Amino acid sequence: MERQETADTRHRAGVASAEVVEDAPVREPSEPEREVASSVSGALPEGEAEIELRGVSKLFKSRYRETLALTDINLGIRKEEFVTLVGQSGCGKTTMLRILAGLIKPTGGEVRIKDQSLWRGNSRDDAALRQLGLVFQDANLFPWYSVEDNISLPLALRKVDKKERRRRAHELGELVGLTGFERALPRELSGGMRQRVAIARALSYDPEILLMDEPFGALDAMTRDKMNMELQRIAQATNATVVLVTHSIAEAVFLADRVVLLSARPGRIRSITEVPAKRPRELEVTAEPGFQDRVVDLRHQLIEDEERLARHGGVSE
Amino acid sequence: MSPSMRKWIPWISTVASIVVLVIIWKLVIAVFNVSPFVLPQPEDVVGGVRDLVNENSFWTDVRITLTETLVGFGIAIVLGIGLGTLLGRVVWLEQAMRPVIVASQVVPKVALIPLFIIWFGFGITSKIIIVAMIAFFPMLLNTILGVRSVDEGQKDVMKSLNASRWQTFRRLEYPSTLPYILAGMEVGIIFAVIGAIVGEYLGGDQGLGYQIVTSLNNLEAERLFAVIFCLTLFGFILYLAVVSLKRFLIPWHASSSTGPTTT
Repeated sequence: MERQETADTRHRAGVASAEVVEDAPVREPSEPEREVASSVSGALPEGEAEIELRGVSKLFKSRYRETLALTDINLGIRKEEFVTLVGQSGCGKTTMLRILAGLIKPTGGEVRIKDQSLWRGNSRDDAALRQLGLVFQDANLFPWYSVEDNISLPLALRKVDKKERRRRAHELGELVGLTGFERALPRELSGGMRQRVAIARALSYDPEILLMDEPFGALDAMTRDKMNMELQRIAQATNATVVLVTHSIAEAVFLADRVVLLSARPGRIRSITEVPAKRPRELEVTAEPGFQDRVVDLRHQLIEDEERLARHGGVSE
Repeated sequence: MSPSMRKWIPWISTVASIVVLVIIWKLVIAVFNVSPFVLPQPEDVVGGVRDLVNENSFWTDVRITLTETLVGFGIAIVLGIGLGTLLGRVVWLEQAMRPVIVASQVVPKVALIPLFIIWFGFGITSKIIIVAMIAFFPMLLNTILGVRSVDEGQKDVMKSLNASRWQTFRRLEYPSTLPYILAGMEVGIIFAVIGAIVGEYLGGDQGLGYQIVTSLNNLEAERLFAVIFCLTLFGFILYLAVVSLKRFLIPWHASSSTGPTTT
């Protein structure tokens, strides 16, 4: 039913997801109100993308119901690009990031990292995983390890020798501003400091891609601003490609080259907004009209999306 | 209050509470004119402890009770951790076993002691089995809880790093379960001492628990108090050993710390 409206924008590889749509118990809207957020393809020309989602969909099945979290996601991300994912809660942005990270296997479609498929059957490609550094909303540090050992945990798992691990931990500690805290335990650190450790850990094995799920969501506004500035600097210093999930539109526009807005139920790409200003950016950028316009526009889109859902009689979970 | 002063608080309060106890003790004897057969003077108990420690058989009794406690507790640790890990991992098995576990939890284990003595005799074996049974449950339940409590976010970290099964166990599951196991041991060691003593005085001819019975039968109140004192010390030392083990194994954990931490 939703297929006719979106078929033209659907990527070739999205056929698999379309089949999933048929299986899912999607509510049939009453005739005049049949409206669905249009789906935008963010696919890049062949060979341009470092990370690629091709026709990705995800259907969560529980004993009681099935939820189509994502459908028809086509997105390419260039090397060293900074992409932010925004949308109302429950729109699937975290699911999308977890799919990129290989923590969830998509129901349909394909994830490609550097032209390598992330999934091979039910196992993940280790070479592709090594390109990915992950930062979550919670720092998820291991309380029994010192800052140094937390940072170098990925190296320890890859059997790098102790001396090299220490050297690297020290180097990264310096990069993220933790010098002097190498021996401290996580519980002795503030929230912002812990998140710095988490970032350093994600960077420890030199991944080219940094995936971040609301990394500063649990921090206070002031620390958050500061961490966003630091993040720009770190991304610059490491030449990393960054995909960052946030629920703050202002933050999304401030950080990104491209802002990807997802609409909810099912999650699909509603729009992609380019932000041409050169990175790294100073806070002054936020006062410029071009910045403000984009923020307002994205806010409108989000409100429209919510109204659409309300008209559908879509009761939130 | 400064942290350095705070460190001394337990010591000061320990001394203070002993002083208060002795004062009340003497007061009760003086005011109610209590017979020494019911409540001997504190200084007589001190003398009783001195006499007890000088008895030839005393250290044999200590050794026997200690052996029963430690061997039984060791068995409880091994079985509790082993079965707890299994049940913590395999949810359907835990569900299947739950009625059995609950039933065996509800049974007052002390009531089973005479049964064990009938089955396993008056020797050391029956006490070891009693100790193991009583200390087993806190070990089992805490291990199950610990295995279940491994943080999902931390699991995601290991998963995203493509960690092997063994690496995940060694670097995540084992250290995060350890505090629960040690908490189980803290309870378990006290249960173990109780098991050994009750086992001895219900059916034994040696050990500190047996000395309680002989003192009682001979109406030696001084000696009875002295044995109780030694048993308290005995339990306290074992408990202290577990707590030290905890500080040694999980110094990073909040339960091991004395000072405040930032959150």
